[in-house]
Amino acid sequence: MSHSNEATNGYACPSGDKECPKNMDRKNEAPKGHIGCPKSMDRKNEMRLEFDSRSCNEGFVRVAVAAFMTQLNPTLEEVADVKTALSEAVTNSVIHGYEGDVQKITITCYIMEQEIFVEVADKGCGIENVEKAMEPLFTTKPDSERSGMGFAFMEAFMDEVKVKSVVGEGTTVFMRKKIGQAYNKFDQ
Amino acid sequence: MEEYFDITGTNLTIFVPRELDHHNAEIIKEGADKLLRTHNIRRIIFDFGKTSFMDSSGIGMIMGRYKNIRFTGGTAIAIRVNERISRILTLSGVYKVIDIYEGLPQQSPGYKGGAI
Repeated sequence: MSHSNEATNGYACPSGDKECPKNMDRKNEAPKGHIGCPKSMDRKNEMRLEFDSRSCNEGFVRVAVAAFMTQLNPTLEEVADVKTALSEAVTNSVIHGYEGDVQKITITCYIMEQEIFVEVADKGCGIENVEKAMEPLFTTKPDSERSGMGFAFMEAFMDEVKVKSVVGEGTTVFMRKKIGQAYNKFDQ
Repeated sequence: MEEYFDITGTNLTIFVPRELDHHNAEIIKEGADKLLRTHNIRRIIFDFGKTSFMDSSGIGMIMGRYKNIRFTGGTAIAIRVNERISRILTLSGVYKVIDIYEGLPQQSPGYKGGAI
């Protein structure tokens, strides 16, 4: 951490807190919005989308969340990771949660500090055994060519994946990913 | 409508769309199976030249077509695979059963794709 850098960077956290990453040395980083400050909890930025569980909406949702996360200045790779994970979660709701019925899926998405949080919720049939469902290659629909890789992909592309499910009431998938790790790699 | 398929000789080329998700995978699946039933196909070529997004539904579609063509003794390959798609194919284990080429294979008789 160095305060001499503040001037050269041309941005600093108004909270004046030294722990704020805004005030840390980030010579390779362009100034971002002011999301990066943990002191400003009111900076949490949230959006919610509700849409019909039709497969044609999947593309729209991916693009909407990708556009929302651009505030974090992600790399293309990071955007693609989130898009893939989100697509898996939404596909699960469409195929397994509602089994083709047209009902509502809700996506709650927020960014805080340098992290993006995505919650995909449906009010479908729920998952009996979440642990089993999350095993790679496990699928309840092998005949319809499901690869059983959905949760495996979510776990591979996001930092954290949590699933809450009640049979008959629905499933919520919660995902978190830290954005901006590419900069750290560059520093090394 | 976008043209997804090309048949030259016994080769079926599937031009994978820009985004291969659950929605598009279903369309390709139906189209490809219809062609596999009505034509003598020995090789399926998945052309990822313009694809920038794929998820596990795409994997399911590829594995399904692979199983179908294996059943009749044919083969399947993937060409013009970019880094992103390659990562997903690797992660899912598809690379174990399908030959993957970053560009075009050296000999690709019957390939009729667009310019690279």
